[in-house]
Amino acid sequence: MLDVADVSRRFGGLLAVDGASLTVAEGEIVGLIGPNGAGKTTLFAIISGFIAPSKGSIRFEGRDVTREPAHLRARQGIARTFQVVQPFAGLTVRDNIAVGAYLRHPRRQDAINHAEAAARRLGLETMLDRPASDLTVAGRKRLELARALATEPKVLLLDEVLAGLNPSEIRDIIPVIRVIRDGGVTVLMIEHVMQAVMSLCERVYVLAHGRVIAAGVPRDVCADPLVIEAYLGHGAAGRIRAGEVAGA
Amino acid sequence: MTGRDLLPPALLIGLLALVPWATSSNTMLNFLVTVLIVALAAQGWNLLGGFGGQFSFGHAAFFGTGAYATALLQIRGGVNAWIACLIGIAAGGVVGWVIGVLAFRARLRGSYFALVTLAFAEVLRILTNAADFTGGAAGLLLRLDVRPMNFQFASRAVFYWIALVCVAVVLLLTVMIERGRFGAQLAAVRENEEAARALGVDALAVKLRAITLSAAITAAAGCLYTQYFLYLDANIAYGSWISIEALLAAIVGGIGTVAGPVIGALTLHGLGELTKGFAGDITGVDLVLFGLLLVAAIGFAPLGIVGSLRRLRVVRLSGGAR
Ligand SMILES: Nc1ncnc2c1ncn2[C@@H]1O[C@H](COP(=O)(O)OP(=O)(O)OP(=O)(O)O)[C@@H](O)[C@H]1O
Ligand SMILES: [Mg+2]
Repeated sequence: MLDVADVSRRFGGLLAVDGASLTVAEGEIVGLIGPNGAGKTTLFAIISGFIAPSKGSIRFEGRDVTREPAHLRARQGIARTFQVVQPFAGLTVRDNIAVGAYLRHPRRQDAINHAEAAARRLGLETMLDRPASDLTVAGRKRLELARALATEPKVLLLDEVLAGLNPSEIRDIIPVIRVIRDGGVTVLMIEHVMQAVMSLCERVYVLAHGRVIAAGVPRDVCADPLVIEAYLGHGAAGRIRAGEVAGA
Repeated sequence: MTGRDLLPPALLIGLLALVPWATSSNTMLNFLVTVLIVALAAQGWNLLGGFGGQFSFGHAAFFGTGAYATALLQIRGGVNAWIACLIGIAAGGVVGWVIGVLAFRARLRGSYFALVTLAFAEVLRILTNAADFTGGAAGLLLRLDVRPMNFQFASRAVFYWIALVCVAVVLLLTVMIERGRFGAQLAAVRENEEAARALGVDALAVKLRAITLSAAITAAAGCLYTQYFLYLDANIAYGSWISIEALLAAIVGGIGTVAGPVIGALTLHGLGELTKGFAGDITGVDLVLFGLLLVAAIGFAPLGIVGSLRRLRVVRLSGGAR
């Protein structure tokens, strides 16, 4: 459904994304992990049309969308959330979500109804009349998700929606993401919270220095020495193995 | 659309409509027609600046285009006054669209956008002041021929009512925009353009639509000016006074509120007349007052008069519930 082929993006002297390829099939939950600064957010921005790639192409449902502006990709069904949440601070929660809902429902009443339904799915129904600026961090993450969901996307790109949440908030939101997928939305998620990656993702890609260094089921990928080294530094995998042997 | 949203603006218009029965004083009607023309210009500014968050400092470009197009079409083209006004409104919209394309394509925002609009208005002022076709510095005088067909009336009250209808129509339009998809998208672009685009909003198209409509509304105020005073020159039509009054009225009355520009125009000019009455004819005393009001609005009532009234009501309601 989503096909990212050999995408690169240079910022001055820095190659933030370096020949990255990945595919996501319909109905999957796929993870994208990697150390800080690996280029994950940049890759999301390229997929959603906010940054043009220096090289490579993005195909969505078989069509090349590499040159299409962000709002047209949203119209085709690619929705994203922002790692740094971007609420419409001066608008109420209802109006925030309604902006998303208006994409498919031009009439006000329809849009409001769909926005309220999306709010209920994210547990925001008691906050509908409050300004978005009143929300807590967890609330803003939920709002970010509700808004994206209100556009009725085919694929949802989630950029660290669990970051900054406490363990109980994380436990609350994991099933919500699963329900969204079961409702027919394909999910590609950037996540540092490994508990969530392990329990949600069917496959993960690991990005380091802009390159995909590993891909597969979460358990295998986490045991991959390349991945361990990407996170913990050169030689770490060997030391851990040695430690395990010594411990046993 | 609920009745509650429409009630305060409807009351305001209703009250204003009664004025000619309460007084037939020419001074009063002159004063009110001026207020309505400024209010209409401010309504245009408010659509782009208040709802869209794009602060223009050059709405004179649109006011002047409406005013000059109306006058020139009649004087040079022999076009009927009513039709000239309609063309004037459209011409204003076109100028708005062109400035929008140039400024928004270049991703100008904030003070850069404000400066560019100011520059356009000034260029138009200087050009019309210099060109013979536009009457140069002497300006343009419309032939006095009092007939309804010529958009000239023996009674000031009739003209006053026509101006009031224009203001009322724009009030209604604003309410409809505020409560529809376009309004939601405009607010989204104002609050956070990136986030809006992620939700499928074509930010450029939304801003262009807003500036075109905004310019057309302010141009309508220019058309009314021409028809009422039957005289204009570059410093009137394209002068910065109208750019400033349009934004002041909107900000003092309540930026981004439906009735704000009308209430702001009434307040500004009402207080302006009062101070002139007290302080005599010291040149610029009303401008000092306007400056003070702007500071007061920004410092103490960011949502202007309408915003403050609304807050009072909320406090009273929640107080009553306790
Ligand atoms: N607009 C930009 N201009 C210049 N450099 C940028 C820009 N955006 C990102 N970068 C750089 O590109 C690299 C990749 O950044 P990116 O935000 O994609 O990483 P990330 O994997 O999302 O990291 P994190 O886990 O911290 O969110 C970083 O070194 C970052 O500083
Ligand atoms: Mg990131």
